[in-house]
Amino acid sequence: MSAPRASLPAADLARTVVFAAFIAVLGIFPGLYLGGSGVPIVIQNAGPVLAGAILGARRGTASVVLLLALVAMGLPLLSGGRGGLAPFIGPSGGFIFGWILAALVAGLIVQRAERPGLPVLALATTAGFLTQYLIGIPFLGAYTGDLGAAAVQSLVFLPGDAAKMAAVATIAAVVHRALPGTLTRPAVRGE
Amino acid sequence: MISAHVPGTSVVHRAPVGAKLLVLFALAVTVFVLERAPALGALFGVVALGYALARIPASRWLRTARALLLLAVFVFALQWWLLGAGTALVICLRLLTALAAANLFTLTTPVDEVVSAVERWASPLRRFGVRPESVGLLVGLTMQAVTALSGIAREVREAAKARGAERSVTAFAVPFLVRTLRHADELGEALAARGATER
Repeated sequence: MSAPRASLPAADLARTVVFAAFIAVLGIFPGLYLGGSGVPIVIQNAGPVLAGAILGARRGTASVVLLLALVAMGLPLLSGGRGGLAPFIGPSGGFIFGWILAALVAGLIVQRAERPGLPVLALATTAGFLTQYLIGIPFLGAYTGDLGAAAVQSLVFLPGDAAKMAAVATIAAVVHRALPGTLTRPAVRGE
Repeated sequence: MISAHVPGTSVVHRAPVGAKLLVLFALAVTVFVLERAPALGALFGVVALGYALARIPASRWLRTARALLLLAVFVFALQWWLLGAGTALVICLRLLTALAAANLFTLTTPVDEVVSAVERWASPLRRFGVRPESVGLLVGLTMQAVTALSGIAREVREAAKARGAERSVTAFAVPFLVRTLRHADELGEALAARGATER
């Protein structure tokens, strides 16, 4: 067989597509509006971090971009069946844009490790979640006109995100152990 | 395909996708620039007029209105407490206007119309090796994957329940992810076999 040298091999495309769908399926669990900032608490924001931690920076980020593109086109793939352009313009817009960077950051950190173990994954997921705040809070601040208030309101996400962070790191570690080489190349069978 | 679209033949429905997006973008910027409640209220009135023009059935806009109102009440209460009533009103009006307008775009624009618009806009990129027609393919593939993964999620959840492990996050997430990755491999092989990524 000739070497697969296409710019986007089918396996990469498939992983990107399937992980975009994976993040969408995480949205089956509806969001919880707490704290009155108009940004729901969701499980879905663990998806981009997981995508980066499992697929690596390039494919992880691509899957988040693909998902968000479909959402923007009007497909109700965000948690609670939200879709269209409203989620990007609304107060949670910054957090959603932050997903792209979250997958990138988590992926870049995981890729640095030879064999991603729990410590590296914990670092990557923590960085991934913090990145969401980095974009989300200033965006929310632009809405409220008060960065401090936006930061205070975003505190309600911390307990949930801390729990999600721990879960994502553990899950990614187990998946990497079960399917070694997931990060660098697709599991090539029969070779 | 599932979507929030409401079919219709009004001016708002028939307006080109690009024009609607431009109006929406201009509106979103204006909303952020305006700092006085009366002006924002007027702008909200314009958006409401858009809903009337598009003849969105009451059942649909009532559902939107209920969700928005609930959000607005929460946001108003907290912002009032943090920043005062005047600022809270401005923030709420910004929120309502921007969200209602974006929602109107989604209600009046079917997904395939957006897809073909994106394909059209991407066609100048053809000389850089981008294939615009693959946008539709990507949308279809992803929606199929969503259906497949929802089925897998249900099976995995039932399996975890059968083992009495329905409360464990890893007992659900790990098998779900492993099967997700396996599904991706199968899809990749199918795509390669059909030469989907060949030029």
